[in-house]
Amino acid sequence: MVYMGPDPCAKCEEMLQPFLDRELSEDEYAIAEAHLDECGYCRKRYTFEETLRRYVRQAVVEEMPPELKQKLAALRTPL
Amino acid sequence: MSEAQPETDARGIAEDARARVRFEEEVLGLSDQVYRVARRLVSTREEAEDLVQETYARAFRSWRSYTPGTNLRAWLFRILTNLNIDRGRREQRSPSTQPLEEGDYFLYNRLEADGGSDDEARIVERLSQDEIVHALAEVPHDFRDVIVLVDIGDFTYQDAAQILDIPIGTVMSRLHRGRRILKKELAEASVGDSG
Repeated sequence: MVYMGPDPCAKCEEMLQPFLDRELSEDEYAIAEAHLDECGYCRKRYTFEETLRRYVRQAVVEEMPPELKQKLAALRTPL
Repeated sequence: MSEAQPETDARGIAEDARARVRFEEEVLGLSDQVYRVARRLVSTREEAEDLVQETYARAFRSWRSYTPGTNLRAWLFRILTNLNIDRGRREQRSPSTQPLEEGDYFLYNRLEADGGSDDEARIVERLSQDEIVHALAEVPHDFRDVIVLVDIGDFTYQDAAQILDIPIGTVMSRLHRGRRILKKELAEASVGDSG
């Protein structure tokens, strides 16, 4: 078992973003995965984070008004 | 002077015009993405529309400064973010007020403590669209710019660094801190809801 310090869940919390962003080294990744395999508390929070990112993205996307597209096309250099 | 000169010039002009048309078409093809990002960099739809129009006017004007074969998206978004900074939106929050963020588990812990389902995939549905939009708008601009470029614009850290003209390490630290600030804002909004 890889040692994660006196508070493995706190260490795991610190690794959440770099883990999901694939920024961890192979060793760090293995350490986090080993902890997640046996810790339901952290696993839940990792799953939540992934869902949250998708959810936020969907919530904040607003499509462009069609009139704006026409205005942009009108800015083109006349041929 | 060769007699072929006027013909060569004419060919050059025609090629130039074709390159320009191609460039403008490619840039226009990115407009949905530009609007989506612009909309979250500013507060209102009107501001976003103005910003996008200014971006396109400048992009069309300065097309010669784009080097063909390099990253057109990054080039265009750099114009967008620079114009946004020039528009004086920097006044909205003093850079000296550094918001405090909580840890990455904070939002989940708050939602779970709030009662109801602890299903990690469903618990997120307690946040309304309005709450999310509002919470993102509350994130200070330096952090929000990076979140919007990476999480909504799908830019790599490398591209975001180039667009904002900051080191890649700064992109990563602002992104991580920004997401934690966003989660703290969301936690406050959702707890506020349940009274």
